[in-house]
Amino acid sequence: MNIDNLINQTSEWLKGAGAESDIAISSRIRLARNIDGLTFVDWSDDKTKQQVIELSKEAVFSSSCMKDAFYIDMSVLSPLDKQFLIERHLISREHAIETERKAVFVGNGEIVSIMVNEEDHLRLQVMQSGIALYDAWDIMIKLEKDLERKIKFAFSDEWGYLTACPTNTGTGLRASVMMHLPAVVMTAQINGLIKAVSKLGLTVRGFFGEGTEAVGNFFQVSNQVTMGHGEAQTIDNLTRIIKQITAQERGSRDFLREKKRDVIEDKISRAYATLESAHIITSSETIDLLSLVRLGIGLGMVKGLNRGKLNDLFILIQPAHLQKLAGKELSPSERDIKRAELIRSSI
Amino acid sequence: MLCDICKKNEATVHLTEVVNEDVSELHICQKCARAKGASMQQHFGIAELLSGLADLPVDMVSRKSHISIKCPGCGMSYDNFKKMGRFGCARCYDVFKRALYPLFKKIHGTSCHTGKKPLAPIAAKTNKPGVPDKPCIVKDKLKDLKAGLLDAIKAEEFEQAAVLRDKIKSYEHR
Repeated sequence: MNIDNLINQTSEWLKGAGAESDIAISSRIRLARNIDGLTFVDWSDDKTKQQVIELSKEAVFSSSCMKDAFYIDMSVLSPLDKQFLIERHLISREHAIETERKAVFVGNGEIVSIMVNEEDHLRLQVMQSGIALYDAWDIMIKLEKDLERKIKFAFSDEWGYLTACPTNTGTGLRASVMMHLPAVVMTAQINGLIKAVSKLGLTVRGFFGEGTEAVGNFFQVSNQVTMGHGEAQTIDNLTRIIKQITAQERGSRDFLREKKRDVIEDKISRAYATLESAHIITSSETIDLLSLVRLGIGLGMVKGLNRGKLNDLFILIQPAHLQKLAGKELSPSERDIKRAELIRSSI
Repeated sequence: MLCDICKKNEATVHLTEVVNEDVSELHICQKCARAKGASMQQHFGIAELLSGLADLPVDMVSRKSHISIKCPGCGMSYDNFKKMGRFGCARCYDVFKRALYPLFKKIHGTSCHTGKKPLAPIAAKTNKPGVPDKPCIVKDKLKDLKAGLLDAIKAEEFEQAAVLRDKIKSYEHR
């Protein structure tokens, strides 16, 4: 297995399966862990970082969860490969900068990925399709237990798992769900929802794009604090709130279908028609239009399109994926042409 | 989209401000963004935010020796930690301990870990039967139990209420 093989497979979390996956697309659990007795990454010398890599290799490959995993040395990757891993959500943007003595393990089906020497020695990630934080947590516990047989993690009885950044100290757990909320946005309820959710100790961010921008009305809802709540409580709270947000999106979709049918059908049909006929298209325009078509499938206004295939397109139309598909580097304007071609042949 | 200020140029700078949970958005052009002054930072990192939160408690500031304190494990000084917003190693947690209680309270609302513990050997040491819970855990458990008791009474589930009442008593007498 190598990076280029990934392009031919759909990540498990994009399959469009699992509970409520029309609205809550995927669930992700991340744990931040450091190896006891070793300086944290930002203050480590090369020798220590290498030691972290060696220890993690031994531990990861001994885990039954990571039997078919493959190891990627970040420092040998081309900029295109790094971008490709970011687009597949296997590594963070930070992990692609200054890549000396950084690594990532990718598990079968891209369910598990482990970044080595990112901000913490290990960043363990489990992704699942739909609202499936409990399933993801089950996998995570098993993985962590396996690793703990070989590695002693930095832990204090008082403060929990010790991380480089104090915002992660405690459980080191970040649970998040990627949500598609076009109807909540169209019915102008999103600011109210963000306000309400932030009062409950959760954060809402745009999923595509940077900062608060939410291209295509995709949002990521996650827990904010890592101390004072146990892991199960954090996951339980988030799951309950995600279910409420899902119900709100569903209610808003019903409202649009019943009260604004013409307006919404017009928007969706135009989006579909543009995607079917465009010859040059940017990625942000594509995501906005695909988002409408995705809503159209949910409202029963677009037929014959598979949601899993559409989910896949959101990733495939991104710059590094397009270049991998083309088998060569492409300029931004060449990518816009290639992207339109790919969409026309896919929908 | 046109700039919210000059209404002439295309808005390319998008700001979202959250004040007391009120979300307001500002879409402005590059020119107006520049005019609005250098005070506006496009990317405000976690380190900047933390350095404000990590100011030492007053009693520590008055004792200068604490400010120049350095972690023997990695050489990180408290000033450095404040600037970077990152610990250098696990020992920093012990060395800066006194400053961390208020910091964690500000970040997490508490300075007490209630989540899982690692497997043996640490778990074996800390999970011994008869080891009392930490005071903050007892406080949290009591709060949960009392809320549960109220709910049970409201729902007229008196058997459940009696169980909870006994549990509360046992915790209060610890």
